[in-house]
Amino acid sequence: MEEAPSKRKHKKGFTKDQWTAVAFLIPSIILILVFVYGFIGWTGYVSVSNWNTLTPDFSFAGLKNYIYLFQDFRFQADLRNTVFFTIFFIGLVIVMGLGLGILIDQKLKGESFFRNIFLFPMALSFIVTGVVWQWLLNPSTGINQFFQFFGITPKWYTDTNILAGFEWGKIEFGVPVAIIAVVIAAVWQMTGFSLAMYLAGLRGIPNELREAARMDGASEFQIYRKVVIPMLMPITVSVIIIMAHISLKIFDLIYAMTGSGANFVTDVPAVYMYEATFKGNYYANGAAIAIIMLLVVAVFIIPYLWNSRKGDN
Amino acid sequence: MAPFSMGKTMKYIILVFFAFLFLMPVYVIIVTSLKPLDEVSLEHMWALPTSIDFSSYARAFEELAPNFMNSVYLVIPATLLSALLGAMNGYVLSKWKFKGSETLFTIILFGMFIPYQSILIPMIQFIRTIGLYDTIAGLVLVHVVYGLPVTTLMFRNFYANIPDQMIEAAKIDGASFLGVFRHIMIPLSITGFVVVAIWQFTNIWNEFLFAVTVTTNETQPVMVALQNLSGSQIVQWNVQMAGAVVAALPTLLVYIILGKYFVRGLLAGSVKG
Amino acid sequence: MKKLYGFFFILSLVLVLAACSSGSNDAEGSSDSDSEGGESSSTVEIFSWWTGAGEEDGLLALIDLFEEENPDLTIENAAVAGGAGTNAKAVLATRMEGDDPPSTFQVHGGDELNEGWVAADKMQPLNDLYEENGWEEKFPEELIELVSKDGDIYSVPVNIHRGNVIFYNKKVFEENGIEEPETFEEFFAASQKLKDAGVTPMALGDKNSWPATQIFENVLLGVLGPDDYKKLFEGEIPFDDERVVEAVETFGKILDNINEDHAARNWQDSAQLVANGEAAMLNMGDWAKGYFVNDLEMKTDEDFGYFEFPGTKGEFQVVTDTFGLPKGIENPDEVKKFLTFLGSTEAQDVFNPLKGSIPARTDADESKYDAYGKEAMKDFGESRLVPSLAHGSAAAAGFLTKANQAVNIFVTQRDVDNFIEALKTASQEM
Repeated sequence: MEEAPSKRKHKKGFTKDQWTAVAFLIPSIILILVFVYGFIGWTGYVSVSNWNTLTPDFSFAGLKNYIYLFQDFRFQADLRNTVFFTIFFIGLVIVMGLGLGILIDQKLKGESFFRNIFLFPMALSFIVTGVVWQWLLNPSTGINQFFQFFGITPKWYTDTNILAGFEWGKIEFGVPVAIIAVVIAAVWQMTGFSLAMYLAGLRGIPNELREAARMDGASEFQIYRKVVIPMLMPITVSVIIIMAHISLKIFDLIYAMTGSGANFVTDVPAVYMYEATFKGNYYANGAAIAIIMLLVVAVFIIPYLWNSRKGDN
Repeated sequence: MAPFSMGKTMKYIILVFFAFLFLMPVYVIIVTSLKPLDEVSLEHMWALPTSIDFSSYARAFEELAPNFMNSVYLVIPATLLSALLGAMNGYVLSKWKFKGSETLFTIILFGMFIPYQSILIPMIQFIRTIGLYDTIAGLVLVHVVYGLPVTTLMFRNFYANIPDQMIEAAKIDGASFLGVFRHIMIPLSITGFVVVAIWQFTNIWNEFLFAVTVTTNETQPVMVALQNLSGSQIVQWNVQMAGAVVAALPTLLVYIILGKYFVRGLLAGSVKG
Repeated sequence: MKKLYGFFFILSLVLVLAACSSGSNDAEGSSDSDSEGGESSSTVEIFSWWTGAGEEDGLLALIDLFEEENPDLTIENAAVAGGAGTNAKAVLATRMEGDDPPSTFQVHGGDELNEGWVAADKMQPLNDLYEENGWEEKFPEELIELVSKDGDIYSVPVNIHRGNVIFYNKKVFEENGIEEPETFEEFFAASQKLKDAGVTPMALGDKNSWPATQIFENVLLGVLGPDDYKKLFEGEIPFDDERVVEAVETFGKILDNINEDHAARNWQDSAQLVANGEAAMLNMGDWAKGYFVNDLEMKTDEDFGYFEFPGTKGEFQVVTDTFGLPKGIENPDEVKKFLTFLGSTEAQDVFNPLKGSIPARTDADESKYDAYGKEAMKDFGESRLVPSLAHGSAAAAGFLTKANQAVNIFVTQRDVDNFIEALKTASQEM
């Protein structure tokens, strides 16, 4: 919808190729308008309705459902968990993916072997890996059996402590220790993807660039820091955005691994939304959760857009 | 000195260490899948089975086989279509920018964040309206659409690395919009295609929510069958794990086949030229 | 270049393939939905979440038997697994909203049916079916009440599970000289003894919150008794009644006796604690018997025993799967035929021994059931039947979801006032 005026404005300046370019986008745009914006509109409409039983009730409820959520212990906990999950998850996936990518990119023997090992977790369904990690990080039977030798027995996802916590609304705001266990599982599953992205990126960087830097007397470390990693920026941006959408929508893994957790220490909005909508028939509340999540995303996407605009001009 | 000049041995040690960490859960999955159910318990999760029992695999295979081809018919067209559309979008949005193209890009990108649980009801109604409910084609459509934001983003950012001069040069040589795409962009982004294909293939293969709601019974893909291995109250984890391994094999096969396109130098050569 | 053509060749090939496969599906789909045709209307689609071992066998046996008796009808088994029916409920909700109801679907008796689909005006009454078959005499009165709203009956119960059972490790009880406790005092005395002996008295796996909610509902039943328990959920007794407070306090005391890693386990994992003697008791629906016997290879009355939850002797916490008749289906007469079949002793005696549940009819053939089943059938016939909260029978889904949340918070925080407040607020919506 928005693009129409700007397109018309610049009609004159368009060459035939540019028109072809725009024409190529049109099918995608139409599909997205229907499947994304049409349905978001529907969700937004439901979120301000009274549809909180099985019987559809589209009467206008104002912001009632939103107000309810922001006063809800569970939703507040969900927001907190999402913030910390996202930070740790994205950070670790990037560090691990880049680190392993650079190592694998060293023309070592067995390169494809290692690559496939790191990719393999992605091939498994979340529902199964969730359960396996639930077992592995079970405080009494999992990897703690090895850790016991060193005298450490973390409580993993059963830990209800909040680090550096302070009262905030109905909850304690801080780093929920339990979320770290979930982060480990998610990083295990997704590192393969960021590794593949970085490998593709590394392989797109012409050797001559590195050669040139080497000629200039740069150390290998400097080559990576000054040449390679900056060139991988667009890849990093992709990884961040893709991991962000995974972390905001993460559902299967948590549902299978920990559920909501004691005191909702590992609960996330997607789980809440699913349970509210399909277990409790709180359709309007569920829709409101979806809309809030989208608004949160918008807050992060807009600066990105702003930046890439600046880059263009 | 710097970590990158460390010896080959060191690099191998790090890689092997991480490979070990990554395989630990895989070990548990495989060991569990080979046990009879009464040996499957938290207390014995690390233990090897007392005797190797392939009956879980037999059961899983029998249950998954009928839905297997559905997944194949779903995942191949959906992956190819979304990769192709994503490549074209990425090409336009990175190399043929026009006023408003960034806005368009954001509009597409935003679609990635839509929580699928909340749009199931209108989505099903729409799919029903266009007559694709309970068909693989309907499921292909849904996956292509919701895959577009990711594939567009990935290609746009892969293409951002390709120097504009190459395209300018080709244009001067008289290459058209499509000519540049076919002769320069696609060959240069083989690894990109591979990554996108890995991503889409894995996601669509493993996706459950759309699969279970858009299709019923005979048209359901393998992931639904995998879920159906569990019961309403009792879950036989050995069969579940065996099923997971069986269901993951095609994905793994794709990784291995596509893996050769990761070979270093494939790209560098063409960029030079 | 060659590669590119190859790529497009494969692409087009795949598209053609996809078109073919979807084309054939279209054909099937349309013949299904065009109801007039004689052949297509003879399909009855049965929607459930019975996909696991045992229950799936039971369902398939039912289907086979029915098709054998009615060769002109075919049954389509639409089962969706996972999350104790949550996935199935999501699929069902989208189908019902999209006016594509299955011919009949699994629903727990009680408010999941009555305050859910019946209140949403999606179900047809089955009074005539009950009259024709004389079912009002065959099913217990309190069970029929569970599937009725405003005098109309809406579904056919197929099986019964019991929620107020405590399973225990016999060896652990013997070693510590403990008798099956009948009252809360005896229960807590026994727990103390076990604790002193280094055994976890009560196993709990509340990774999903319902097992904890199940303990709570049984405490409520034990403290209030069956009549007031029902009144509580009918809104005649408020949730800040002092006996509810007492129940919450007792619930809290029980939680002092559970395994530390309860949040890391689901109910099966917690049952393993009882099986290997680390914990002594487990409150669970009697599907746990199937897990102990079939999967963990334990012997009833030898390796494990069972008794009623303290204070609930002579009471039966009912979890029942029922099937109803949705509005807007094309062939109600054929579906009714199938529902009639589901209500017969013949069908119930085929299904239940495989599923590990007992029949909903009181005149079924006892000889087909194991020792536990026989005893449960006897209790079912003689006990007061009360609807389970944790399994969606006692209250509407909305209340249950909020009650589960409140229980989850209570298990960690143990704040009685907060818990009562949350229940009271949620109950105002009931």
